[in-house]
Amino acid sequence: MIIQVDNPVLEVHDLTVSYDKNPVLWNIDFSIPKGKLVGIIGPNGAGKSTMLKSVMGLIEPQSGFVKVFDKDLDDVRQRVSYVPQRESVDWDFPASVLDVVLMGRYGRRGLFKRMTKQDKEIAMASLAKVNMEKYYNRQIAQLSGGQQQRVFIARSLAQQADLYLMDEPFAGVDASAESSILSLLQEMRAEEKTIMVVHHDLQSAYEYFDWVILLNMRLVASGPKEEVFTPKLLQETYGGKLTLLDSLSNFIRRKELPIKG
Amino acid sequence: MSFDYQIILTGALVAASCAILGCFLILRKMAMIGDAISHAVLPGIVIAFLISGSRASVPMLLGAASFGVLTTFMIEWLSKKARMQNDAAIGLVFTFLFAVGIIMLTLFADKLDLDAHCVLHGEIAFVPLDQLIINGISFGPRKAWLLGGVFLFVVSIVIIGYRALFITTFDTAYAVSIGISAVVWHYVLMALVSLVTVVSFEAVGAVLVVAFLVVPAATAYLLTDNLLKMIFIAVTVGILSSFAGYFFAKFIDGSIPGAMSTALGFFFLLSFIFSPKYGLIGKRLAKKREVFQNT
Amino acid sequence: MKELLEFLSLANANVRYVVLGVMLLGASTAVVGSFTFLRKKALVGDAIAHSVLPGICLAFMFSQYKHPLVLLIGAFISGWLSILSIDIISKKSRIKSDTAIAIVLSVFFGIGILLLTYIQSTGNAAQAGLDSFLFGQAASLIREDVMVLGAVCFLLVLTIYFFFKEFSILSFDADYATSLGLPVRFLEVILSTLTVLAIAVGIQAVGVVLMAAMLITPAAAARYWTNNLTKMIVLAALFGAFSGLFGSYISYSAPKMPTGPWIIVCITIIAFVSLAFAPERGLFFKWKRKRSKEINTLDENVLKIFFHLGEQENNMFAARKIPALQKRRYFDEKKVLQSLKRMMRAGQIEQEDNTWKLTETGLVEAKRIARIHRLWEMYMSKFLRMPADHVHEGAESLEHFFTPSMEAMLEQDLDFPETDPHDKPIPYTVKNEF
Ligand SMILES: Nc1ncnc2c1ncn2[C@@H]1O[C@H](COP(=O)(O)OP(=O)(O)O)[C@@H](O)[C@H]1O
Ligand SMILES: [Mg+2]
Repeated sequence: MIIQVDNPVLEVHDLTVSYDKNPVLWNIDFSIPKGKLVGIIGPNGAGKSTMLKSVMGLIEPQSGFVKVFDKDLDDVRQRVSYVPQRESVDWDFPASVLDVVLMGRYGRRGLFKRMTKQDKEIAMASLAKVNMEKYYNRQIAQLSGGQQQRVFIARSLAQQADLYLMDEPFAGVDASAESSILSLLQEMRAEEKTIMVVHHDLQSAYEYFDWVILLNMRLVASGPKEEVFTPKLLQETYGGKLTLLDSLSNFIRRKELPIKG
Repeated sequence: MSFDYQIILTGALVAASCAILGCFLILRKMAMIGDAISHAVLPGIVIAFLISGSRASVPMLLGAASFGVLTTFMIEWLSKKARMQNDAAIGLVFTFLFAVGIIMLTLFADKLDLDAHCVLHGEIAFVPLDQLIINGISFGPRKAWLLGGVFLFVVSIVIIGYRALFITTFDTAYAVSIGISAVVWHYVLMALVSLVTVVSFEAVGAVLVVAFLVVPAATAYLLTDNLLKMIFIAVTVGILSSFAGYFFAKFIDGSIPGAMSTALGFFFLLSFIFSPKYGLIGKRLAKKREVFQNT
Repeated sequence: MKELLEFLSLANANVRYVVLGVMLLGASTAVVGSFTFLRKKALVGDAIAHSVLPGICLAFMFSQYKHPLVLLIGAFISGWLSILSIDIISKKSRIKSDTAIAIVLSVFFGIGILLLTYIQSTGNAAQAGLDSFLFGQAASLIREDVMVLGAVCFLLVLTIYFFFKEFSILSFDADYATSLGLPVRFLEVILSTLTVLAIAVGIQAVGVVLMAAMLITPAAAARYWTNNLTKMIVLAALFGAFSGLFGSYISYSAPKMPTGPWIIVCITIIAFVSLAFAPERGLFFKWKRKRSKEINTLDENVLKIFFHLGEQENNMFAARKIPALQKRRYFDEKKVLQSLKRMMRAGQIEQEDNTWKLTETGLVEAKRIARIHRLWEMYMSKFLRMPADHVHEGAESLEHFFTPSMEAMLEQDLDFPETDPHDKPIPYTVKNEF
């Protein structure tokens, strides 16, 4: 069940990604329509984070390519925003909430030009959207997990992008924060933004998303949630890895052989 | 300026340049890479001295500094291509280069006015002996001018690249996602560290420079939650240690850089215990305050 | 040459002590260091090594006497203090462990240098030689030293022998060790104690600055040769002992030279040779493996062309010229020729004038490649859900990686399909149709 769309916001074409020659994503091929809230779902270690990273060019894919708004990523970076997993940074870093959210403006302002008053206003407005404006001066070391997550989302909002890729924004967030983040995402969708969210809870996934990507080393499904959420496909996603793929990966890694035609 | 203060000034300049870079090093969890670089530049320094005699020229110093960058390449190569675990790769590379440096030093001992002691703890006491004299007027130690120049260079690069260093240190993935090259800024930092360790070498030696890189930064890290303030505090701590260390060394008649490192250790200990937010006692007091407020 | 023989004959009693001492030392620090290496504590080892200096100086200041045992105790205490300091700093504050290591290393060493220069300035005659702790002076080892050293090394190796199983589990997987109910904390303390002791005795030959390499590098070198812990440790010990021998020879022939750096250069060169030439894990063998895979891939691709042309014309054993092969897929002319000759030697291809044709064995192999290609295409479209027009490229590269057991898996997962996604038949050979 892989539904390709016309005029996709994001097109991933035959993407194979490896760590140290060990493929963890096999020939992923899908496209995403505009203005949808998209859930990326799969078990731990399925390669969800890896997929977002390779879309953002953080990992060089072994083969395949990605088109965003029908262009190369480098031409449209301003319009794409990435929210890394919260645990990927050291929150003991000496910075304030506003410092972090202002990073969202670096892309537009460049590294060397001064931040303007407008940048600050946008940053504050982004904080307000996640109900964190009170904390703008707070040191990030003193935030709770949910607050950290909201700071990351605010930074991403400050980027004023059209496509958002968020890695587990609901992880370690309490119920009320989760619902406020969700309504924020829904608001963004209403503004025709496209938001892709890595999510691990099947229960809520059906409720939250319009479009769902099921992933476990390979793409199991991509399409409207009604069509994708079938017991068979879910069973296939969570039914474990394909042993053949595993032995192939292992063989290639053990022998440290490069794959080429 | 008396010799005393010329020496202190030299120490302070070393400490200040190191402290700035050290802040980024420890936040990037690269303190030991700093250690490795400071050891591994030794062969480069020896070659520079061999070629240009006692007064190494600026191009020579840059050549020597390239050994620092080479070290980071070698470490990366060993862990990526040869699959050596990272800590062992660091340990192997810098001990090897340092050993090569020492051997060169002993082989060419008669052609060099460097010796093994200078390697370990520098010769800051001799700095005032080499004065910059123009038209017969002495402008203070040549070394201090060099170190001052390097300090200004470090400060200006850090000011220009502040935003880039800030974001690539805090969140590399995000920085790359908005199109900032983490690799470029990584090597900018490595090059600066190499440069500073090379020019500080004669003053404080290859090993003690690590203390100047890491300890002020760590002391400041326990005192503040703002990167700019952290840098300022680190520089201040470095300068204070230069004073304290100098007089202490004079008092007991021991190595000046050794005493400066000891002083740095002392300041760190103070901050470790008494820092209001993150010190041993400070944390405990904060907890008590919280309990008090909650009841 | 004469000098070397004289040295190796160990005729001189002093030489005997030095050689024996340094080799013993190299071997036993390598044994202890193997665990330091496996537990990824190389840099902690470096910190301990630098940190023993103030201990040595203080021990000397209190005793005013350079007895090896006294200095050893001083070194031991300050080495342990450094471990504790690193632990406390990284556990009790937000400072990360790498920074804690660097702080302890540099501050302890700074204090050590301060004390050392202080002692030297007091002009105590007995202090001569304390210097040799910085870079090591194997030649300065005397009988007394070697006795202490021998005793400690014996103790080290004996303890390792006793706790060998526990230490290995701990080094490979500390969590697993906990789950087995092993006294992990206690074992860690023992292992740290051994490390400190090894360093404390080693510095006289190697010096504090380079001691870390004496612990880690032999193990890092040995790791390339084997996956077996016992073999690795024995190898590391041999490497360590050999470097010790080398170092003491240098010390003997050029007494002015500090020994430590030579020992380290020697052991590091052994490590470089290992990583280049060790079988399996060495870079040279990896490169050769890659080359032979490339050659193998080329041969398989050429065979496949014979198969495709044969399939088209319904004549598997037709004789073909090189340009005919190239028409199907571009190959470098020289490389195809080499490949054809290689396969001729393997009996897969026959030559007649300048035409080439498949043999029976060649056909079996060609069918195998084509079969895997088509099965894998089938697999990709069925399990990886790829559209039929996307699968060819992936199969083109991966068909060369299938072992017989993986092929069997492929056939079973797909239940022996008749055709591939492009409706081409899958060429089974008899032995597959069980
Ligand atoms: N930096 C890395 N180096 C090597 N392997 C990695 C790395 N990051 C992830 N992996 C492996 O890749 C697979 C996919 O990981 P990831 O994308 O993080 O999965 P997910 O986000 O779905 O939990 C896992 O098997 C993981 O072990
Ligand atoms: Mg993930």
